Amino acid sequence: MSAQSSGQTALTSARAIAWARRRAALAGFWREYRTQRTGLVGLAFLLMVIALALATPWVTDAGGLDPTKVHGGRLDAPSLAYPLGTDELGRSVLLLTLWGARVSLLVGVTATLLAIVIGSLVGILAGHFGGWTSWVLMRLADWFIVVPTLVLAMVLLLVLGSNLFTIIVVIGVASWAGTARLIRAQTLAVEGRPYLERARALGAGHWHQMSRHVLPNVMPLVLASTTLQVASAILLESTLSFLGLGDPNQISWGTMLHRAYEAGAVSYGAWWYLLPPGLGILVVVLCFTLCGRAMESVVNPRLRGGGR
Amino acid sequence: MSEPGLSARGLRVEFGLPGGRTARAVDSVNIRVAPGEVVALAGESGCGKTTLARALLGLERPTAGAISYDGTPLRYSTRALKAYRRSVQLVLQDPTGALNPRHTVYDAVAEGLRIHRIADNESDRVATALSHAGLRPAEKFFLAYPHELSGGQRQRVVIAGALVLDPKIIIADEPVASLDASVRGEILALLLRLRDEFGLGALVVTHDLGLAWSIADRIAVMYLGRIVEQGPAEQVLTDPQHPYTRALVSVLPDSPVPGPIVLSGEPPDATSIPAGCRFHPRCQVLASGAAEAAGVADQCRATPLPVLADDVGAGVSGDDPTRQVACHYAAAATRSEA
Repeated sequence: MSAQSSGQTALTSARAIAWARRRAALAGFWREYRTQRTGLVGLAFLLMVIALALATPWVTDAGGLDPTKVHGGRLDAPSLAYPLGTDELGRSVLLLTLWGARVSLLVGVTATLLAIVIGSLVGILAGHFGGWTSWVLMRLADWFIVVPTLVLAMVLLLVLGSNLFTIIVVIGVASWAGTARLIRAQTLAVEGRPYLERARALGAGHWHQMSRHVLPNVMPLVLASTTLQVASAILLESTLSFLGLGDPNQISWGTMLHRAYEAGAVSYGAWWYLLPPGLGILVVVLCFTLCGRAMESVVNPRLRGGGR
Repeated sequence: MSEPGLSARGLRVEFGLPGGRTARAVDSVNIRVAPGEVVALAGESGCGKTTLARALLGLERPTAGAISYDGTPLRYSTRALKAYRRSVQLVLQDPTGALNPRHTVYDAVAEGLRIHRIADNESDRVATALSHAGLRPAEKFFLAYPHELSGGQRQRVVIAGALVLDPKIIIADEPVASLDASVRGEILALLLRLRDEFGLGALVVTHDLGLAWSIADRIAVMYLGRIVEQGPAEQVLTDPQHPYTRALVSVLPDSPVPGPIVLSGEPPDATSIPAGCRFHPRCQVLASGAAEAAGVADQCRATPLPVLADDVGAGVSGDDPTRQVACHYAAAATRSEA
């Protein structure tokens, strides 16, 4: 009895210590990350943009997005009342930019999660089972890599109809293939390790091998590649919206650019309508890329330059 | 045939290679490991030892032949294999690689229990296995990560991970090859203690005959996918009959075979096994002309040798029911003696 209770206490403390170790691992990650100045800059700007996007509903009035309730002139230049001018319907461009950030980030992050989930699943399955399964899955991935992403996404959107949900799905489906290849390569490296042989000899099934051994070992790579992929998902969303395939009921940065173009902002010289969404896309994409590169080099120290 | 322990009959494992060639890594092997017995499987690199071990564990599907445990043939359905793995366990060569760096010692040892859904007294079972493997007090090691342990301790953790399922047979693939000399002795002593205390049977795969000498009850010497000589360890090592065994024994310190015999010729290639005796292209007895003198040289080059049975029945040499040699020259020598 006493042995059992001591075993129990050992186990509860085991869980506590496991958490402590996880925290320590995270702290170690942060220590490594902190040494990368560009990664820090990217993270700071990114947190700022995310905070702004999250705070927008509280600090601004959504009513300003409704063309029937606004009083601004058509394509007014920046003034005190409208710091970034107005659009062709008299709405504040600042307001549109802030609300657009929400949609752009939401689509970017969600679509990336979808792509990463599909990609990891396909990659791990292909790497684990090998042979015939791998061949079929990888030919499928090759097909998605070879077909131009933009064209594929456009066709899918035209077929499925355009709203926020379909845009997320289409971007996710169009961009999982690269992740799948990456994860498959890493899975193959993990599969060669003797501890998988040991697990098999212990009687482990495929699910146990994949969930307990392969997944935890490919996870860091997955996270780094997620961050990088958010940038391209945001770019793709903007491109699709700019081409007029965005959700007409939502304002994203891409939609803003599309509307500005349609309204003749370019020939009118309305730079205040074009620059904010454009710069927004640039900054967010750059930030995600910087963070992703920094994370990647923490996870895989070989990527670090000779300077360090 | 309901003999206890693990046995393989006519086991053959082939691999397809690019270009339509086939490598015959294991070619008709009969071997038996009884509970409470340590059998050493010796041979040079690439002779098929590890493939044989993997096949015995059911990790490699044999091309032909059968493996049976306690008289029951091994089936390859997922469920049958899982049940089999509670009886026969593996200890790998490299303990550093055999432990997932992200798992604690507790997780590594409990993995087998979790796979087999043995939920009662998990921590007690883990503690018992660890202390049987010589890690005491076991609780002290629960939360350690593999990189915090020494090589010998890691190998003990691997052994504990196998012991936790109460196996009857352990297959150890070069269990001490990656450990330094002082730790080697401890791990080998541990294997012997497990044999004596729990009646555990072990098949120890090794390239080191000296090691086989110190722990094995029986030795099987493998060359190019087939067992060429087997018998009680003492007998095989003090009086080796097969020229290949003689060559291996000759380089041991205090060897009963005079002078180191250095084998010439190319290392064996499992894709093209020589006709006749598979050792004849490198055989020092044939090269020296002794086989010619005994009148068996043609047989060596052309007549295939019978496959050695496991430890039962009369061997080719015929002088001892448990000692067997697959060699035309040794057979001729015994005949002329008789």
